[in-house]
Amino acid sequence: MKVLIVGGGKPVYFLCRTFLAKGHEVVLINPSQDECVQLARRLKVTVIRGDGSDPTILEEAGAHGADAILAVTPNDQDNLAVCQLGSMEYGVPRAVALVNDPDNEQVFQKLGVTAFSGTRTIVSMIEQRTALDEITNLIPVGEGKVNITELKLPADSPVVGRTLRELSLPADSLIAVVLRNGETVVPRGDTTLRPGDRIVLITLPANHGPVIRAITGETH
Amino acid sequence: MATDLFVVIVGCGRLGSYLANRLSRAGHGVVVIDAEEHAFGNLSPEYSGFRVEGDATELAVLKQAKVNQADLVIATTRADNINLMVAQVAKTEFGVARVLARVFEPRREAVYRCLGVETICPTAVAGEMFLKAVGGEGSA
Repeated sequence: MKVLIVGGGKPVYFLCRTFLAKGHEVVLINPSQDECVQLARRLKVTVIRGDGSDPTILEEAGAHGADAILAVTPNDQDNLAVCQLGSMEYGVPRAVALVNDPDNEQVFQKLGVTAFSGTRTIVSMIEQRTALDEITNLIPVGEGKVNITELKLPADSPVVGRTLRELSLPADSLIAVVLRNGETVVPRGDTTLRPGDRIVLITLPANHGPVIRAITGETH
Repeated sequence: MATDLFVVIVGCGRLGSYLANRLSRAGHGVVVIDAEEHAFGNLSPEYSGFRVEGDATELAVLKQAKVNQADLVIATTRADNINLMVAQVAKTEFGVARVLARVFEPRREAVYRCLGVETICPTAVAGEMFLKAVGGEGSA
């Protein structure tokens, strides 16, 4: 996959590194000469100095053949422009924008640009008790209307040793996958949960807390 | 232009303040938004509209300026991307009937015209006028 990344700073450095480690080709666009030199020295990426919302620069970066474009500058207006140009002018199939103002997340979706808000993600993680040790991951999807949570079943969990059929989880929740000894099990009604199982849960923000409590046995 | 419009102008630089002063003098209700307080110094003493200090790419700032009630929004900041974003947000999010954006880069202008954003490109306008003045090629 060829990924164009527009932005700077540490987030971009680590994004590039992660994409490269997964075997993707990365082209980076950044307006600062110094930062471009630094990044080109440290990473095996093509670095282009310039304004990522400038059609000339996007062309130079090979936007025509890119599979994805990621705009993560500190300015929402630039991220929007990069993604709109990328998808409309150059037909990049996936364009994703970082929004700094969480209110802009919905606005961007209305304008046809996939957007994510770092602020919103962090706040929802904290609000939804990810501080709990067993929970290793929580991703809000569908504009925050659905949560996907990964958690490890503690030995004293009230659901351990019971089949899914016997559980009375709140409505609109689902144990989607069980990860056990490195194997993936898509559970059925007769699947028994064991201590140490890592389960992937689908919940709604409204029932997230009660579902987590039912599974972990925590009472507050 | 109709009388008694409610106009929101984004950017209070040379162009923004010029428009704000003129529209206010003509009797329209005007709100100017600028991120820098000192920019409001460009407004004339007769300007009778409102000033909102803030970043217009922040939704809360547009709400504060009552963009939802505007008949017309004109985005005049120095940054093309701010103008284009504000124009689209005003149209899509706040349902403003008429929205104009200043866009310097002619290539960007073409893309956004396709998106239904009404733009004015000072570069192209000045270019045309220069060509007309010298009566050279391209002056249609």
